[in-house]
Amino acid sequence: MTETTTNPARGTDHISLTVNGEERTVERGTTVAGLLEELELEPRTVVVERNREIIPRDDYGEVTLQDDDTLELVHFVGGG
Amino acid sequence: MTTSTEQAGSGLDDGPLTIGGRDFESRLIVGTGKYPDNETMVGAIRASGAEMVTVAVRRVDLDRSSEEGILHHLDPDEFFLLANTAGCYTAEDAVRYARLARAAGFNEWIKLEVIGDEKTLLPDVQATLEAARILVEEDFKVMAYTNDDLVSALRLEDAGCVSVMPLASPIGSGLGLVNPYYIREIKDRLEVPVIVDAGVGTASDACATMEQGVDGVLMNTAIAAADDPVSMARAMRLSVQAGRLAYLAGRMPRREIAVPSSPVRGMLD
Repeated sequence: MTETTTNPARGTDHISLTVNGEERTVERGTTVAGLLEELELEPRTVVVERNREIIPRDDYGEVTLQDDDTLELVHFVGGG
Repeated sequence: MTTSTEQAGSGLDDGPLTIGGRDFESRLIVGTGKYPDNETMVGAIRASGAEMVTVAVRRVDLDRSSEEGILHHLDPDEFFLLANTAGCYTAEDAVRYARLARAAGFNEWIKLEVIGDEKTLLPDVQATLEAARILVEEDFKVMAYTNDDLVSALRLEDAGCVSVMPLASPIGSGLGLVNPYYIREIKDRLEVPVIVDAGVGTASDACATMEQGVDGVLMNTAIAAADDPVSMARAMRLSVQAGRLAYLAGRMPRREIAVPSSPVRGMLD
């Protein structure tokens, strides 16, 4: 991905993330738990992958998101 | 809970289905996809008597325009969840999905499925084997979906899969058991449980599959896409039991000639 200097989040107190393929801006210092709360998702039903690494559920409150993080939030759906 | 043969009203001894050290009374495993609504899904799964149910791993819909996660409807204390890697086309993707599924925190079991062809959804056996080896190394209990090829099944068993799951016919096709001979051959040669996964269309297919002596059947669309899924689920439960019982009972030999059932002596002049 090519970095540009036009990212509105840079130099501010916000960072930008890619969450499930969509760009999203959150406050700098937001933890995984904070993001889930913002998205109104129950932490116990969601698995979080950050930059291709799974974050253990017990660490959601401790892991602080960084600018340009790519997150995948997944859960179980019907399937065969 | 009664055993499946007791439910079928027989005195024939049939132990539980044991996979990876865990006992299941039901030899029917069902999927949770494609139901018209969640209430029908739960009703059908209960009617099927299945203890193990499959689920898929997908992105949470952040717009909430589609339904919520399945665990809002399906109690994980009531059913044993078997997550799948459906939709994966590479070993790398399948391993990624399996790890995400395990991180959900229910169990370390995975229904490994690596698709090799979009049109037929037939498995990529080489990639499946590659993923199976990685996952077994990571202490997953792998139930591997594969084609009806004996050598592939043997390799997956050698790789450490707790169950090998050859197809009856392509996923979602409802074509039934197209190659009973190959399925019997696989069952004959493998020590791990053989579960026939995919292709069953109706109750007679499930029965015929179980009559080959396999350990169980896994199905989704045959129940979910029936006009009345709850009734079809019950039919499948009974047919899996009937097929198992018929297998244990031992069928009569096939003959190319007719043999009368009634005495030939004692006929009137």
